[in-house]
Amino acid sequence: MTSVPLKPRRGSGTGGPSRVAILRRELSEWRIIDLIGYAGAWIAGTMLALIAFGLLAFLAVKGVSYLSLDLVASRPEPGIDQSQTGGILDPVIGTLLMILIGTAWALPLGVGAALWVVEYGKGRRLARAVESAIEVVAGMPSIVIAIFGLAISQMGFMGLFSITAEGGAVFGRSFLIAGTAMSLIALPLIFSATREGLLTVPNHIREASYALGKTQAATIRRVLLPSVRSNIGTGTALGMGRIAGDTAIIVILLGATLRIQPAENAPPLVDLLRGTGSTLTSYVYNNSPAGEGNAPDKAYAAGFVLLVIVLLLNFAISAVLQRRGKGQELTR
Amino acid sequence: MNPTMSEAFPPPARRIALDRAPTIVAPPTSPIRHTPIDDAVPVGRERMLVDGVTVSYGDAPAVKNVTLPIRDTEVLALIGPSGCGKTTLLRTLNRLTELTAGASYTGTISIDGENVRHLPVTHLRRRVSMVFQQPNPFPMSIFDNVAYAIREQARRAPGKAELAPKVESALRRAGLWDEVSHDLDRPALRLSGGQQQRLCIARALAVEPEVLLMDEPCSALDPKSTMVIEELIRELRKSLSVVIVTHNLQQARRVGDHVAFMYLGDLVEYAPAERLFTDPQAERTREYVAGTFG
Amino acid sequence: MTHTTPRVSRTADEDADRRAELLLRAPAVAVLLIIAAIVIGVFITAWPTYHHNGLLWLGPGGDVDRQLDSMINAGANPGPEIFKLRAWSLIWATVLTTGFAVVLGTITAVLAAIFIVEFAPKRVESIVVPMVRLLAAVPSVIYGLVGILVLAPWINDHLISAADRKSVEYVIPLTGPGVLASTLILTMMITPIMVSLVTEALRSIPRGWREGSVALGVNRWRAMWSVSVKAARPAIVAAGVIATARALGEAIMLAMVSGGKGFAPQPWDGKIFFFEPLRPLAATIANNAESLNSAALRSSLYAFASLLLLSSFALSVGAYMAKQPMRKYGLR
Repeated sequence: MTSVPLKPRRGSGTGGPSRVAILRRELSEWRIIDLIGYAGAWIAGTMLALIAFGLLAFLAVKGVSYLSLDLVASRPEPGIDQSQTGGILDPVIGTLLMILIGTAWALPLGVGAALWVVEYGKGRRLARAVESAIEVVAGMPSIVIAIFGLAISQMGFMGLFSITAEGGAVFGRSFLIAGTAMSLIALPLIFSATREGLLTVPNHIREASYALGKTQAATIRRVLLPSVRSNIGTGTALGMGRIAGDTAIIVILLGATLRIQPAENAPPLVDLLRGTGSTLTSYVYNNSPAGEGNAPDKAYAAGFVLLVIVLLLNFAISAVLQRRGKGQELTR
Repeated sequence: MNPTMSEAFPPPARRIALDRAPTIVAPPTSPIRHTPIDDAVPVGRERMLVDGVTVSYGDAPAVKNVTLPIRDTEVLALIGPSGCGKTTLLRTLNRLTELTAGASYTGTISIDGENVRHLPVTHLRRRVSMVFQQPNPFPMSIFDNVAYAIREQARRAPGKAELAPKVESALRRAGLWDEVSHDLDRPALRLSGGQQQRLCIARALAVEPEVLLMDEPCSALDPKSTMVIEELIRELRKSLSVVIVTHNLQQARRVGDHVAFMYLGDLVEYAPAERLFTDPQAERTREYVAGTFG
Repeated sequence: MTHTTPRVSRTADEDADRRAELLLRAPAVAVLLIIAAIVIGVFITAWPTYHHNGLLWLGPGGDVDRQLDSMINAGANPGPEIFKLRAWSLIWATVLTTGFAVVLGTITAVLAAIFIVEFAPKRVESIVVPMVRLLAAVPSVIYGLVGILVLAPWINDHLISAADRKSVEYVIPLTGPGVLASTLILTMMITPIMVSLVTEALRSIPRGWREGSVALGVNRWRAMWSVSVKAARPAIVAAGVIATARALGEAIMLAMVSGGKGFAPQPWDGKIFFFEPLRPLAATIANNAESLNSAALRSSLYAFASLLLLSSFALSVGAYMAKQPMRKYGLR
């Protein structure tokens, strides 16, 4: 039996309509609304890219042009004309202090609560209540937290946490109070990140630990916490970023003094905590036309420094942590 | 002229060292085909022609210089071990490979004489419809699923009254009408696996295609559903061409009219089903059919 | 759950576990109590305003700025009429800014997300996506800075004519900050988050649906819209809720860019409507937070806060109910 290869057919292989013609033929069948949508997508996308790029470039250019090492390193001068004198050292320190105090409260609270909810609280009403509460505070505007904080902190028994004026009125605004309020806006981020991390740890890891005779407490300490370390780190970095960028709480709870004013007659660290000052956010706010200020250059420079800090916190730290976390990932 | 048959081929008494890759025979310069005259199998006219097609992902060719006809009113089964390029070839037939970055093909694929590259791709896909390995009904009602293509292709969205008869006919052709006609608004995802796959077939049939491509349609289904779908294919064959990729040799034998065996991107043999399974000409085919490798 | 095989120091282990559980329960309970205290505190302190005004305080009547001023300047023992408040212009301002921003932002975000996922060339996509994430992290005070130093003056110089100014000069000054400026900046603030969320949602649509729709001969836009976007509706709703919450609570940026007047902009003013100054609820709280000593003012500010909290709650419930019918067809 002979076999003959099939002859390839010649003909409509070469030539044919151009790509444009084919495209036009296809587009002619689209509904009008499809064409509008298609155009809209392109417009929205390019506009988004252009605005994003433009905004960031603008801030970078303006910021860098007014920024100098001198500016960052020197303290603000209490002069009347802010545009001429002084630096932004105090605001920078203020921002760092806020991050420190806020995270100091939020980290143990957030991680602890998340651990309890996932490990001990399965199905219990308290766990669901805690989760709902976290959702509530996550959606709560920081201005609401701020005025609530002020009302509390101005009560007589809270005089310890801030300055008391001669007439007996409690000032109610200080680094400590602002920092504590700040913890509430970082809390949801740390809690959620820890919770997600814990929920992703497969059950057989826990079971293996129990099977080896370890208590639940030891399992948490030795097995679970290390495995969610990168999640906690990411949540904390995001929380810090949010703290650094918040203005409402600062404006209301920090007492708008340009330079750091420690409380009088108090031991070294305590006087700082009870004192007032400013952060980069309130500095920008005050130097813009919305505040007293008349120093847009300083505002741009401070804004740039703030932006760099926030972006660093949001991206670089979490990226580093993720890479490190990957190496220690438990084999699943 | 047959390629060299002089190579001694020890009969596979037992499975020898399967982790050893089979020796690569130099691909035949022209795959073995049987002329229609030699066979008593009635053969339809050519609907699509794959002509010297090489499909590559980037630089690596997945399908090498394949020439193959797809005839009307018949089932073409593409068989071969994993990675042999049968799925890639199938997806090239309706230009679905264009969704993958870096995929391209040379050569000509034509339908009814027209080069598919010269057609708007949406037109091509209405004539050459596809059913996938995993049933993928959309998150909509049964009715909306089947009506989907008709609705979205029309210039002006047709009303439900206009669509209902087409939906019914598609569901009947897919053998699903009796089971779902009482509640067409039920979410499609609530159907069983076999029903979902038949729904996907109905969906593909709704546009009344000329060719139906099926990529291992039964591999995710239980044997009963598989039987139902194979019966369906035999029925559908009467009105259109079916190209089915399958790694189940028995299925290819049950369902196929012509079978094409591919190996590592080459088309090794193309023959009527019975001939390929009872008397394969190429050694590679013989090995595969005998189960020496999979 | 401790392992059940009897061990020698069983009691000690159980004790350790119980201690650990209590230790971790403490932060969980603390979180719940703090947040409950805030919510309850807000409503309790707001009670006098509700009590003296009924629900009428939500309506129009008189100049809300003057009402607030008289509360601030009230003497030691004012009568109950000091509580009179008609905050409609503030509420209307909030509805306007939030509504515009969310509607505009959602449309832009969905279209931009479609662009990123489906139509953007690879190189463009790799730039746009990180840039959008960057934008989402920019602090609100910086948006406010750009708004008040760049956008508002531009609007003032190029869009507001002297004739416009003159026509309303006895009522309100038109200086740039107003409806248009605040809406645009607010939209810019909330869109990046929505774009990220919607892009993620579109990308996680199962491949089977995306391939299936295209394989049926439907054009790319239609396939994307009728299947992927439809399937991503729950995520779009969620993104909208997050964006609305952020817009409602934005105090500082809007305090900078909205014009700071408790005026209810009138759409029938035509072109001038876009330049009229306004001041949403959160910004009002920020502006008046200094004077929390006055009982009437404190009650009013907390009433605003209570309204914000209720809106967030209503949003969550609304979103949940909106998602319910989508569940039927398999979307989550």
